[in-house]
Amino acid sequence: MTFEKILFYVFATILVLSATMVITRRDPVHSALFLVLAFFTSAILWMLLEAEFLAIVLVLVYVGAVMVLFLFVVMMLDTDLAATRAGFVKMLPVGLVVAGAMAFEMFLVVGPRYFGLDKFAMPAPHPADYSNTEELGEVLYTVYMYPVEIASVILLVGIIAAIGLTLRKRPGNKSIDPAIQVKVTKGSDRIRVVKMASELKQEAK
Amino acid sequence: MDLFLDILWIVIKIVAIVLPLMLCVAYYTLAERKVISYMQVRIGPNRVGPKGSLQPIADAMKLMCKEIILPTSANKTLFLIAPMLSIGPALAAWAVFPFSEGVVLADINAGLLYLLALTSIGVYGVIIAGWASNSKYAFLSAVRLGAQVVAYEIAMGFSLVVVLIASGSLNLGEIVMAQQGNLGLFNWFWLPLFPIFIIYFVSGVAETNRAPFDVAEGESEIVAGFHVEYSGMTFAVFFLAEYANMILISALTAIMFLGGWLSPFHGIPILGAITDLIPGFIWLLLKTLVVAFLFLWFRATFPRYRYDQIMRLGWKIFIPITIVWIVVAGFAVVV
Repeated sequence: MTFEKILFYVFATILVLSATMVITRRDPVHSALFLVLAFFTSAILWMLLEAEFLAIVLVLVYVGAVMVLFLFVVMMLDTDLAATRAGFVKMLPVGLVVAGAMAFEMFLVVGPRYFGLDKFAMPAPHPADYSNTEELGEVLYTVYMYPVEIASVILLVGIIAAIGLTLRKRPGNKSIDPAIQVKVTKGSDRIRVVKMASELKQEAK
Repeated sequence: MDLFLDILWIVIKIVAIVLPLMLCVAYYTLAERKVISYMQVRIGPNRVGPKGSLQPIADAMKLMCKEIILPTSANKTLFLIAPMLSIGPALAAWAVFPFSEGVVLADINAGLLYLLALTSIGVYGVIIAGWASNSKYAFLSAVRLGAQVVAYEIAMGFSLVVVLIASGSLNLGEIVMAQQGNLGLFNWFWLPLFPIFIIYFVSGVAETNRAPFDVAEGESEIVAGFHVEYSGMTFAVFFLAEYANMILISALTAIMFLGGWLSPFHGIPILGAITDLIPGFIWLLLKTLVVAFLFLWFRATFPRYRYDQIMRLGWKIFIPITIVWIVVAGFAVVV
């Protein structure tokens, strides 16, 4: 057994275990952290496939940004753990049927007859100067130019829509306009010199 | 057997990087106390060893001997994992760091991406620490820092994209070599990419949670921040991680914008020939120290930013400037 194979089995085991933990842990924060672990190990599996760009970007985007925000939300939610478990036994048969149907569908779409050495040739290791980043970049910006651009425009629309939906001007909001803030002059705007009569000496009694 | 020897050799290299780094971290804390003292016309630590030079060792011994207190209502596992999660990425990032031409542990061609990914997962330690402590102060601090780091990471990532466009490579060694030229220090990226240089460094200060962006540790509002419940070695590890990150950001600024191990006088007739004899590692060290000194200088000079101003600076000023510069750099490279 080669070293890569051992690594693959170790990390594949961790991946499956952590993915199971995501759905079985009761505490949502633990689930989110196991999801982070699952992302990490799948990045390592991609790394073993010599797809280092995809692997590092998976860590950068999903672990470094998406899951941080996710954890934020999960940590601040006051989840009622007992309520989430209510009706577990009653719903179990329905859940099993749905799960079984989905597993069967997945078997039909990505079943074993689509894989194997007769379908795909054994991937040869790339030479040392092979750059996954360059290869991907070249393909993305030549062959798949329009799909990439269309997808990014759709994402941009999504961002703007999300901001537009959540942005509202509340009355009584005490936010300050920095432009006005910088414009103040120290002398006349902030200090007021008041002329007043000098204090009279207190008379001795 | 060969595999075993390979792994042993890698482990030796890792120790050769991490041990000096830890020493640097220890003496960086002393340097911070001394520098700030002199700036504030004080003397600073001067009791342990000659001129206080053994102070960090004494501090380390003290922290190692202290009891690690576990708060009763804390989540024990996560509470103890958090410090490790915060120092792990800070040390792992050094794997792709070139100390001189070809002197690098892992010479991978996606080095820049690797660094971005690792600096982005450093925030987990803080968030988990804040949540697992089960303390309001720690949690508030974690929320503050999380939002701040996510905001400045984008500006940082975009400024590295500009460096990537200018140098045409993701490999740190090649980024340094792209800055070589006959004008010495005027060939380095700090000059053509000046706004990006400033943005990268300021985002680095914000990312490492240092003054003036240290709202996560606002003593007057939230006691000490995310590590308020930590004691002894667990606290020390957070401390180490913060300083290791500062040194990392300084060293990366030196690599990306200040020519890495290149001599600043390269190309000047006589001076250039003489200074080219100095090993590149010395230049890299000097540049890193200058940038690291800036961190301390900032802390002694600037008052803390207000939180909404931090967010405004990150989202509304830095990110638009970097996006504009990506376009500018793109045109400059193509034309």
